[in-house]
Amino acid sequence: MMDGQMLITILSGFFIALGVVALLIGSLGLLRLPDVYCRIHAVGMIDTAGASFIILGMIIHEGFTLVTVKLVLIGVFMFFTSPIATHAVAQVAYKSGVVPVGRNLARNAGAKTTKTSAAKSNGVAKKTGKTESTSRGTS
Amino acid sequence: MMMLVAISACAVCLVMALVRTMLGPTAFDRVLAVNAIGTLIILGIALHGFIMERPEFVDIALLYAILNFIGTFAVLKLFSTGSLGDAPPSRKK
Repeated sequence: MMDGQMLITILSGFFIALGVVALLIGSLGLLRLPDVYCRIHAVGMIDTAGASFIILGMIIHEGFTLVTVKLVLIGVFMFFTSPIATHAVAQVAYKSGVVPVGRNLARNAGAKTTKTSAAKSNGVAKKTGKTESTSRGTS
Repeated sequence: MMMLVAISACAVCLVMALVRTMLGPTAFDRVLAVNAIGTLIILGIALHGFIMERPEFVDIALLYAILNFIGTFAVLKLFSTGSLGDAPPSRKK
């Protein structure tokens, strides 16, 4: 026998569980991924999927009250502002010279100066990345 | 019941983001991790209000959402231009 209250509990628990899974995956990615740009991907997962699903679960738990309106406001605000914030982080990081990791990106960065093999240009890109990080540390 | 699980997961994720804040190699990793910490704090405040049967805490969560956005942009503007928009740094000398 499944009445309305039990259905509400099950639905809100399901959405909050989805949000918790997204939150844990995004946070693990923030800790483990190798680069600023990769970590931006993980933080986008936390900000949109995790927060939206948990807020949706709380809305279903609450029903039609004033608290639901405030939760919808929080959800809409975070849904629109967190991609803007991560985009701004990526833009400022790229403009201030953080080199992305990755074989193709490193080869493209090295191909402008020297036309060598892939392994050698990888080494060049790694070296330039290291010097940039040290210069950033001193400034 | 599920809210307790969610707030525990928020605590675990907050510890992971705090570790990334401590050992992030560049400043942008730290900005990103602080942004994630702000999101987790918002969720934790709202969930705490639901667990304690006082959903008025959602107002504080809304305030934190606005402050998190503005704070991230203020720190990024300080990094990229060297000032917060009051006066250009060349004129200050």
